Amino acid sequence: MSNYAVDVSLTVNGERVQKRVDARKTLVDFLRDDLFLTGSHVGCEHGVCGACTVRVDGEIVRGCLMLAAQCDGAKVETIEGLSDSGEIADLQAAFEQRNALQCGFCTPGMLAAAQDLLKHAKKVPSRDEIREHLSGNYCRCTGYHAIVDAVEAVAQGRAKGR
Amino acid sequence: MKPAPFAYTKAKTLKEAVTLLAKHKDDARLLAGGQSLIATLNMRLSAPDLLIDINGIKNLNGIAKKGKYVEIGALARHAQVEHSDVVAKHAPLIALAMPHIGHPAIRNRGTFGGSIAFADPAAELPACLLALGGEIDIAGPRGKRKVKADAFFKGLFETALRPQEMITAVRIPAADKTTRVGFAELARRHGDYAIVGLAASARGNAKGLADVRLAYFGVGNTPVRAKKAEAALAAGDVDAAVKALDLDPHDDVQATAKTKKHLAGVLLRRVAKQLMEARG
Repeated sequence: MSNYAVDVSLTVNGERVQKRVDARKTLVDFLRDDLFLTGSHVGCEHGVCGACTVRVDGEIVRGCLMLAAQCDGAKVETIEGLSDSGEIADLQAAFEQRNALQCGFCTPGMLAAAQDLLKHAKKVPSRDEIREHLSGNYCRCTGYHAIVDAVEAVAQGRAKGR
Repeated sequence: MKPAPFAYTKAKTLKEAVTLLAKHKDDARLLAGGQSLIATLNMRLSAPDLLIDINGIKNLNGIAKKGKYVEIGALARHAQVEHSDVVAKHAPLIALAMPHIGHPAIRNRGTFGGSIAFADPAAELPACLLALGGEIDIAGPRGKRKVKADAFFKGLFETALRPQEMITAVRIPAADKTTRVGFAELARRHGDYAIVGLAASARGNAKGLADVRLAYFGVGNTPVRAKKAEAALAAGDVDAAVKALDLDPHDDVQATAKTKKHLAGVLLRRVAKQLMEARG
């Protein structure tokens, strides 16, 4: 009935995955260690830094604050999936263009959080709204200005393209 | 760090969850949103033998107006509460507080009941419940019971919940035309636990305010009411209310007691303004 290891069946970036996982394994460790999807980063491991941000059933979550065992039946999307599908190609280009990353450790989480904001936004978000939405993602290099610039530029670009 | 090993099981019904808790007692913990629990597991501040995942229990995440009350199911996620029309219309204090709870990714997982049960002294929702005079529905091996918010928060991370009980829902009085609410908090980064925060409710009448309830968080072991300041504010004197603030905060990693007390006064002025402005 209760087990130290659990069988899970889920889709990750559109691919069906079936594995037996330790109950104690977090989602981000599962993605990195078992599936070798190392784009999601492990920073603080207690929900503060946002480097492990991934999408589960369409909504962003902390990969360190969810267990892999909880993802049975779920649809998980990582930065690899968001990148390959082209969904965030404009965000990635804007980040590069505006130097919105230096070491790049926070970038996968930052992109996932930014895309979450733009996906749900009914209008072009203000700079304050962008900052508020990204407040859960630490960047220790950029000082955030370039990141906000990039997200704002993409928001405006997408609004024009609508 | 990584969690110490534990076993994992899913409870499909409330009865199953309560039975499992009764069987495993202190060796088991309930897993709801996990936004505090998994962090404490990762840091090995907690090392239970068994996690009972209650996320699959049906009918525990509803949000509805029932008569004079708004009922929020224990498993309602913060994001769901944040975007609820019922909450926006009938529980405006909760709506004001919601954006301050963690970050979007946290709010997508964290649950209302989990926040109340965990009772972090710097968390928003316990203080909101206290300010609103809410009530907590509890299920346990001996059946169901209700506890008022005033009697629920007992000490540091300590509540009226007995070891084998769980929260099923929270009920707060629905706002009416006379309801006034206010909310403010100061945090180093938006979404972090507050250095000091204040949730308040009152009744507006021709003369001013009545039934003022000021519930501070981040200034003690539990959310605390500042009753002397409540009386002063009801009498219409904001300066006197700030002077009368009967709080006894401790120094912590964020600020000294002196700073916290000062900030509590700053927040009181902001919230008093919100309370005195007519509800839109």
